Amino acid sequence: MTGRTVWWKTALGVFFTLVMLFPVYWMVNVSFTQTGDLRADPPHWFPWDPTVEGYQAVFAQQLPALATSLLVGLGCVLLTVVIAAPAGYALALLHLRGGRTLNFLLLVAQMIPAVVMAMGFYAVYNNLGLLNTIPGLIVADSTVAVPFGVLLFTAFMSGIPRELLSAARVDGAGPWRTFTSIVLPVSRNSMLTVSLFAFLWAWSDFIFASTLNRNGDLIPITLGIYHYIGNNTTQWNAIMATAVVASVPAAILLVVAQRYVAAGVTAGAVKD
Amino acid sequence: MTSNPAVVGQRAGTRGAAGTTPAVPPVRRRRRTLNPSQWAAVGFAAPLLVYLVVFYAYPLWRNIDLSIHDYTIRAFVQGDAEFVGLENYADVFASSTFPTALLNTALFTFGSIAFQFSIGLALAVFFRSSFRLSNLLRALFLVPWLLPLIVSASTWAWMLNSENGIVNSVITAFGGDQINWLTSPDTALLSVTIANVWLGIPFNLVILYSGLQNIPGEVYEAASLDGAGAWRQFWSVTFPLLRPVSAITILLGLIYTLKVVDVIWVMTTGGPGDSSTTLAIWSYREAFGTGQPDFSPAAAVGNLLIVIALVFGFLHLQLQRRQEATS
Repeated sequence: MTGRTVWWKTALGVFFTLVMLFPVYWMVNVSFTQTGDLRADPPHWFPWDPTVEGYQAVFAQQLPALATSLLVGLGCVLLTVVIAAPAGYALALLHLRGGRTLNFLLLVAQMIPAVVMAMGFYAVYNNLGLLNTIPGLIVADSTVAVPFGVLLFTAFMSGIPRELLSAARVDGAGPWRTFTSIVLPVSRNSMLTVSLFAFLWAWSDFIFASTLNRNGDLIPITLGIYHYIGNNTTQWNAIMATAVVASVPAAILLVVAQRYVAAGVTAGAVKD
Repeated sequence: MTSNPAVVGQRAGTRGAAGTTPAVPPVRRRRRTLNPSQWAAVGFAAPLLVYLVVFYAYPLWRNIDLSIHDYTIRAFVQGDAEFVGLENYADVFASSTFPTALLNTALFTFGSIAFQFSIGLALAVFFRSSFRLSNLLRALFLVPWLLPLIVSASTWAWMLNSENGIVNSVITAFGGDQINWLTSPDTALLSVTIANVWLGIPFNLVILYSGLQNIPGEVYEAASLDGAGAWRQFWSVTFPLLRPVSAITILLGLIYTLKVVDVIWVMTTGGPGDSSTTLAIWSYREAFGTGQPDFSPAAAVGNLLIVIALVFGFLHLQLQRRQEATS
């Protein structure tokens, strides 16, 4: 289809991308702007005289928040995979009775607004003393990722060739053995996809953090930004620097996940 | 949560949001064998079943419980909230905020979807034929979708700032008047809708692009042999063949946009007044947004929101099922 170079399409594509990514550029630009220049008119389109005072503020004040977010993200990944992978196995390969109903329930679960879940969790956690705790936040954040994870594992695992499984059975492997030594290794790419999304959602979460963890000693980075906005609206370079730092996992995901997701798609294309 | 891709179009032939779902077989094959290892199946699914009961069903039940009692902070601590039946719901319907919130929800949701979808579709068509750098550029389009919502929302808030925002600075440079984007009741809802459209474009682009990939190239060759130009090809080939994927994209968009809290809350907190208050924001504000948490009306609004989301959700499932039957 592409015999000749359609240079104008590339030019147009670059233009669209620049327009689309302008807010991202602006965030980076403001994060390097001197406090005194923030209110300059016309605004500085490029930080000719860059400052890292915003970033110094981030690393002076927000390191605990970054660590908290990391912890919550990793906890959420672990919880999601531990619950979703075996469930996917049961649904896709062990012919769980009522599997259809369960699938349906998971689809419905994805439609429930987080703000409603947050209120329910607040009431439950209030009694259990889990408000403002990291485990409480991990569990709440995982409610976004678990239904997604189960559906994705189910979809992938039902494509695993049956011969592989019957060979294992002939060799005397029980369901557990089959799960750990065949199904899980084969599903490595889906596991990475689920993990990456579970991490990113937990990392980005604002609703659960701002409701279930708002008086906590250890707040995640999203709340760090939010408090920043509330406290000192003058220091937008510091706010934007925090925003840039908080976007780092997204940037990594864009680079890393693309590879794994592509690998997952090809693995899917090779199978039957 | 607009950006929650869920498992999308699993059965619709798309490859799922952002291609995260590895090529999915259309329907799970069900065998009616009486499997003796049914116990093993239950065992493997047990963590999920327990999880769903404890962390989904129970909080949702508590939420209903909140909405039919009169919970104040004191009642919360002492656990002696008075049972009021449907009174909270009656109060919500009678509230002056209700019609505003309902209208704002409709405007915000349909406005967002209309622009996200049409821009996403235009871009998907644009990226359909590959050209130099097209893969890289398409990947870059995902960036807004991957950023934490609070990051995007605060960036937009600063860009739309009345005195120091870049948007107003450009407008005044061209001789226009400064617009109080976030602080005027006339433009607050428009502002958050613009930000939300920007956030939703990647999602629409990804799904519609993978939908386009499933249209065989021969159809276009045949059309161009018949002398159909690009415009004609879009309306007679692309648009009709993409209808199933489009329907699902739009419905999922509706479900996700209904739930949006972060973007609006960070940019305007639903104000000024109620001018950018949607049902989700109303619920959030009553419960967590003020110093005086009022959980019972908040829960009532939340449950109302669930009902609306489920209506669209079932429409979505119905549509998927019908497509499954025809494919």
